Amino acid sequence: MRFPLLLLAAIAGASFAGPLIGKALGIDPAAIDLAARLAGPSAAHPLGTDELGRDVLLRLLEGGRISLAIGIAAALTAAALGTAIGLVAGYLGGLSDRLLMRLTDAVIALPLLPLLIVLAALDLGKLGLPAQLVQSDRISLLRIVVLAALVGWTTAARLVRGAALVTKNRDFVRAARSLGAGTPHILVRHILPNVLAPLIVATSLSVGDVILLESVLSFLGVGVQPPLASWGSMLNNAQELIGSAPLLAVYPGVMIFLTVVACNFLGDGLQQRLERRL
Amino acid sequence: MIRFTALRLIEIAAVLLLMSFVIYGLIGLMPGDPIDLMRTADPHLSAADVARLKALYGLGQPLLVRYLAWARQALHGDLGYSRLFSAPVLSILVPRLVNSLILMGSSFVLAFAFALGLGIAAARRPRSWFDRAVNLFCFAGVSVPTFWLALVLILVFAAELGWLPASGIATPGKGGLDDRLAHLALPVLTLTLASVGGYTRYVRAAMREALAQDHIRTARAKGASEARVVWRHALRPALVPVATILALSFGSLVSGALVTETMFAYPGMGKLIFDAVMGNDYNLALAALLLATATTLAGNFAADLAYAWLDPRVSYR
Repeated sequence: MRFPLLLLAAIAGASFAGPLIGKALGIDPAAIDLAARLAGPSAAHPLGTDELGRDVLLRLLEGGRISLAIGIAAALTAAALGTAIGLVAGYLGGLSDRLLMRLTDAVIALPLLPLLIVLAALDLGKLGLPAQLVQSDRISLLRIVVLAALVGWTTAARLVRGAALVTKNRDFVRAARSLGAGTPHILVRHILPNVLAPLIVATSLSVGDVILLESVLSFLGVGVQPPLASWGSMLNNAQELIGSAPLLAVYPGVMIFLTVVACNFLGDGLQQRLERRL
Repeated sequence: MIRFTALRLIEIAAVLLLMSFVIYGLIGLMPGDPIDLMRTADPHLSAADVARLKALYGLGQPLLVRYLAWARQALHGDLGYSRLFSAPVLSILVPRLVNSLILMGSSFVLAFAFALGLGIAAARRPRSWFDRAVNLFCFAGVSVPTFWLALVLILVFAAELGWLPASGIATPGKGGLDDRLAHLALPVLTLTLASVGGYTRYVRAAMREALAQDHIRTARAKGASEARVVWRHALRPALVPVATILALSFGSLVSGALVTETMFAYPGMGKLIFDAVMGNDYNLALAALLLATATTLAGNFAADLAYAWLDPRVSYR
């Protein structure tokens, strides 16, 4: 449990300190140097350069910043969405519960990757969004966060609903209700704290899932769009150069792998600790 | 049981109907439109022609009207014409579906066989070095991006060693059984490695729970051999959750290999969906996505039935 946490902290720390490291080394990660394309490791470029002569190490850190930011943002969004749905379903019960759980089952039962590719390829201009927003760089980041949250909320919803069902008839909740507490107050102050622990576990596991999903979408060309780079989109570029520069295809993959493994081990460790406590 | 089955079938039909409308709407939101594509193909098309074509194909009509027209044709077996392949959609789907089933079926069998062996062996010796090694392997398996695994395998076995072909389904002009198998090797290896970790975790967890039950202690106390205890007394209850997971993943057979098929240029359903979406082939994308949804729902239904069949305690009213 300590090791994955340290590994994650190291990856995140290095990624978010990327601009500082670049400044210290005197390299601009976006600087194109066609004379030094696909160079091997050297003192100036510890991991060599890519097909446009950019420093691979700094690009990796930049990609990490985007991949991690998307992973965390989407996992939190999904957890919030799932919590809201789970609370309503579990606490209100009845028809809303049945409808929401049917919806959850239906989402789980869909072939998600193909549908996500369609959603990622949609022309947002046709939805009537302003052109300025549609053409901005950041829209591809926002889109992935929304998509990942859209498919990722089900785990949190089921967890929270289960806990809400159990907790809503406990004595302290009845007491709060008889004292005149309103539904929002009971949900936030009495029910939510009781599901926080499993929710944190599920969210830390889902960070890894989102990073994998983002890397697949970016690799297929429908995720993070240039000039921004993520680990997945770096692999997309590297695929074409696999004959001449195989290492370019190795580094980003190793980074994704290490990050996701660390997230999974962290989530698993938290889960075991939680089960022991209960 | 009959009532349950009937209700589930109605529900599946409802979800499929709803999804066909949703997918139809989504496809309409994809970049470009068919008339624009015709215009780029034929620069002599005038603005008046464009307006007439739009009226002819009913593109100015509301979404629901267009959907109903499409649905009526689809129910008569006419799924339209594919732009990318210049052939009726149905004639493209069927061979692709067969290819996907071959690829996914073989990796599914391999992964399940390995998962059973590894999972049971690990569950019998909890916390041994073997159990730990299997655990590590599982975590690696669920954490590795499939497309990167494929990339590394291509790099090693096709580019460096030159042992296996990196793409396609057969060498043009050859296509004997050995050639087909050689082309299957890397995609099947990729899919097997990518899924065996997840399956093993389920088998291991289910087996450990099953081996901790009272009836196992009873069987041991009655002097049953270890093999009998494991294979007869523990495996059957352990298989209940495992079968559910397997049936669920069987449902994604058609679309689950999208990444792998794309990486190896393997002509299956997953690559077809990807190509159709990327190539603005609206008719094909629509039909392929619906077929993928239908098979996934069918897999889930099979999971429910397997659950009831394997576990006599489960009753469906």
